[in-house]
Amino acid sequence: MTQDLSYLKETPSQTAGPYVHIGLAPGAAGFDIYRQELGWDIAGPNAAGERIRVEGVVIDGTGSPVKDVMLEVWQANADGIYAHPEGGEAEDGFRGWGRVITDFETGEWGFDTIKPGRVMGRNGRLMAPHINLWIVARGINLGLNTRIYFDDEAAANAEDPVINLIEWERRRATLIARRADRDGQIVYRFDIRVQGQDETVFFDI
Amino acid sequence: MTPAEFYARDRRWHPPALDRDYKTSVTRSPQYAAISLQNSASEITGPVFGHNDIDPIDNDLILNYAAPGAAPIGERIIVHGRVLDENGRPVPETLVEIWQANAGGRYRHKKDTYLAPIDPNFGGCGRVLTDEDGYYFFRTVKPGAYPWRNWVNDWRPAHIHVSVFGSGFAQRLITQMYFEGDPLIARCPIVNTIPDKAAIGQLIAALDMNATIPLDSIAYKFDIVLRGRRSTLFENRLEGN
Repeated sequence: MTQDLSYLKETPSQTAGPYVHIGLAPGAAGFDIYRQELGWDIAGPNAAGERIRVEGVVIDGTGSPVKDVMLEVWQANADGIYAHPEGGEAEDGFRGWGRVITDFETGEWGFDTIKPGRVMGRNGRLMAPHINLWIVARGINLGLNTRIYFDDEAAANAEDPVINLIEWERRRATLIARRADRDGQIVYRFDIRVQGQDETVFFDI
Repeated sequence: MTPAEFYARDRRWHPPALDRDYKTSVTRSPQYAAISLQNSASEITGPVFGHNDIDPIDNDLILNYAAPGAAPIGERIIVHGRVLDENGRPVPETLVEIWQANAGGRYRHKKDTYLAPIDPNFGGCGRVLTDEDGYYFFRTVKPGAYPWRNWVNDWRPAHIHVSVFGSGFAQRLITQMYFEGDPLIARCPIVNTIPDKAAIGQLIAALDMNATIPLDSIAYKFDIVLRGRRSTLFENRLEGN
């Protein structure tokens, strides 16, 4: 016999289902209930840094858009600081967290934010600028974690300790958003393939 | 200094991405293995919520969408419990959000077309921050079972969807709470994506007569456990590496 470790077990996950919007974005479900829905303003009006938009679509194993997905965004500010007691002090109004809902007809999604700065990674190695994503939907039994990196940060990406953990170099490209200028607005494209050819890299964090 | 990490998630305790009996997972499950990351600041930090974000009525689903003086149809229930971590410590001031069907098994969602009617006095969502002991409660009506297109005659057991944050993004969790004694639990393909019976038991709220409000509302207790975190800080790299 040995001593009992007496840890609790994490509550197991279940799919968010098709009606996740009722709970987390009731406006998208078609009704108004709360004084304010959470997660619509990621950076706030005072945030320093470059204003960007990120757009994409989540694609399933048949090549079709996933139209009922919900994404959550978690990112640092332009100085690489997370708005969290262990992150440091971010500017007033910067939360760095948001919720992103797809268009129910097309599956297209997009969000406005500021481009994050580099965050210190493990063992004193700087990470390249990135946005953390968590993806839930009907048919997804445990939320999928991935990261959005930026194609105009080639030097930082090349030394990023997380990107470099991915053994297959051709899979690294699935994490790199493509920058474009749309009438003066900076828009990054980031499509997510949950299954199949060019499947996006997901992380067990 | 590398920040203290969360304990590795026990992926065998959670449902696998692919379960053929839950058909929608077949084309929405990654085929490649996830890349395992040791936590950095990106995973250890997470959004912080405060009382300015929500209102006191938000956790009362009997009142938060009802017309003045009206109430939704259904069995009045209290759902209460604590949010703890794997070390057994309370998770204070964390956001818990729920959503559910009404007593007839119908969701207030423009994509739900089930025969059962919408209840004009029921929205079907609520949210609350845990207190300093990790405690939370909601008042609502018991949701109804409803059919869904999987196999041709599948019915979801009565359930409430639950979303929890914790202090770090790596703790983010969405799950579903079921009700003690429901015979549909054992037949449900979504419940049965979870391989371990003991893990399924963690999702079944117990009837809690001590928390019942006599002549008013019956109570169910549902504790939620989020990933625990190391308390020892040791660098795992040698100097100079």
